[in-house]
Amino acid sequence: MGWAGWTELQRHLWHEEMQRAGVPTPLPFNVSMIGPVLIQFASQEMKERFLPATASLDIWWSQGFSEPDAGSDLAGLRTSAVRDGDDWIVNGQKTWTTLGQYGDWIFTLVRTDPAVKKQAGISMLLIDMTSPGVEVRPIQLIDGGHEVNEVWFTDVRVPGENLVGEVNQGWTMAKFLLGNERVGVAPVAMVKRMLGRAKEVAADQLDDPVVRARVAELENELLALELTTLRVVAHSDGGEPHPASSVLKLRGTELQQAVSELVVDLAGPASLVPPDSESDLPLWARRSAPVYLNYRKASIYGGSNEIQRQIIAGTILGL
Amino acid sequence: MGALGLPFSEEDGGMGAGPVEVGLVAQEVGRVLAPEPYLAAVVLAGGVVASLGTDAQRAEVLGELSSGNLHLALAHAEPGRRWSDTASSVTATLVGDEWRISGVKEPVLHGDAGTLVVTAALPEGGTGAFLVAGESATTTTATAYDGTRVSRVVLDGARGVPLGEAGADATEGIAVALDRARITACHEALGAMEAALAATTGYLRSRKQFGVPLSTFQALTFRAADMYVAVELSTSMVWWATMVAAERDATATREAAARAALQVSRAGRLVGQEAIQLHGGIGMTAEYLVGNLKAHLTALDHLLGDGSHHLRSLAQGVAAYDALDPLA
Repeated sequence: MGWAGWTELQRHLWHEEMQRAGVPTPLPFNVSMIGPVLIQFASQEMKERFLPATASLDIWWSQGFSEPDAGSDLAGLRTSAVRDGDDWIVNGQKTWTTLGQYGDWIFTLVRTDPAVKKQAGISMLLIDMTSPGVEVRPIQLIDGGHEVNEVWFTDVRVPGENLVGEVNQGWTMAKFLLGNERVGVAPVAMVKRMLGRAKEVAADQLDDPVVRARVAELENELLALELTTLRVVAHSDGGEPHPASSVLKLRGTELQQAVSELVVDLAGPASLVPPDSESDLPLWARRSAPVYLNYRKASIYGGSNEIQRQIIAGTILGL
Repeated sequence: MGALGLPFSEEDGGMGAGPVEVGLVAQEVGRVLAPEPYLAAVVLAGGVVASLGTDAQRAEVLGELSSGNLHLALAHAEPGRRWSDTASSVTATLVGDEWRISGVKEPVLHGDAGTLVVTAALPEGGTGAFLVAGESATTTTATAYDGTRVSRVVLDGARGVPLGEAGADATEGIAVALDRARITACHEALGAMEAALAATTGYLRSRKQFGVPLSTFQALTFRAADMYVAVELSTSMVWWATMVAAERDATATREAAARAALQVSRAGRLVGQEAIQLHGGIGMTAEYLVGNLKAHLTALDHLLGDGSHHLRSLAQGVAAYDALDPLA
């Protein structure tokens, strides 16, 4: 992945610089999610088969975790994988598959033992999305865009060697992956950039003391989050994410939403005009409402913010 | 233990430590609500002497302060004014070759002290700082709601010895001491918030209502989680400001102090209020810890500038840069 020898802190700083420069960051499904899981849990054979293509983006990965009845209650998933000789036969439905329309492969959590406690009967399978029986259906969202999908599996035949780690070890890998995901979903530099840009394009409104105060308060909150992120990242070396990574997810997404809300307020009536129409109004203003609406997702995905509060209360505070 | 001399140089009789060590002490003071005038005597009054005094003054005053022989207090706040670096209604006049100080200072933390550091408006403009013998002022002292001793100090032509160069404007030196004290107050608040959170989570685990521990009610545990988030974010900000104070210039320290104070003001209110609410009635009682922690958090919040005060100053400057950089 080009950063094999890097510490968590170095990796974090590199990410922040990329965001600050407005450069698209590497596909998170590849580098933050399945990549580290393969490094940690996969057989040598599987690593050699998948890691180079994951690093070079020859495989665009999708994430097949959430299901219609198992969102935040991830362990309640029902998509099943049943042995048939050396293969697995997969049936079920995944949802909220982000950018799944571009996916070559999907890493999925599947139920391999329905008889045991729900966390204990889950495995992780890698599935070629061109396999017969895989169908990707778009979901339209309130911002007018298409970024999530349903993925349906109907008698999809998956070779036995595509199982990651051991059978029924999936929950361990899922928790490992989600911990990393939480660290990654506090895009402080991106939000700072968004706020900095808002100040630039709406400079005439900075005379308004109410606007100024709102900006200053958000900047301070972002600074506190940035410093906290550095603390958490610096203590995350050695695989296990710092337990306080839940703070980053919780607060990072709240601030991301708050800044997008400020931007739509700065745009005012101009926010009603669609971004793709012919207009005299600036593009940032016309994009502001779709972005604001789109970011309502942030406190839901990656373990909703209520789940993060539950983790903080349970794991950190012992409640 | 040398705690009194931590911030002062060894030549001045101190320990030659810095804001980091002072912060650690203040955090413990806040955690246990120690009724010691550490912030008042060492950081505020001692801080003004350290930034303005001559070599001889520093060695004498700070040496005595560090060894615990001298009780020093800063008389700076004036009735009718809110968190200013300057003095206005208390004035200094030159009578012959002696400086005479007149006016009322209030509130003065632990003002019933052996020696007062008094700020006063100078005849030619600007603000000076003077050493005044405690017995040459009329002092009445009361106990504030959090147990802090607060005094009204009346000066009626009291003799003052100028700190540093006589007649020179000392506003900058006073501001430096106030900013350092703000960061130290943040540490005290941090200790108090940690104690309030720990008491609250302990209570939620042990207290039973409707036959089950309070910790089985999600509405309550989520509020405790938000308290934790506030404490963590404050911890990051306060320690960052402390490192800025230890390594950077006065301008950088001023802004960092304002940022930490804003964060801690918001967090202190949330944590203190929620600690009482989650405890229920017992949290209101004077004999129980969390009410006292909340009272002290309230006092610290209003001592050197509350959240709105610091937000106002930070808001003035938002147009001057694009994105905030903690290392810039």
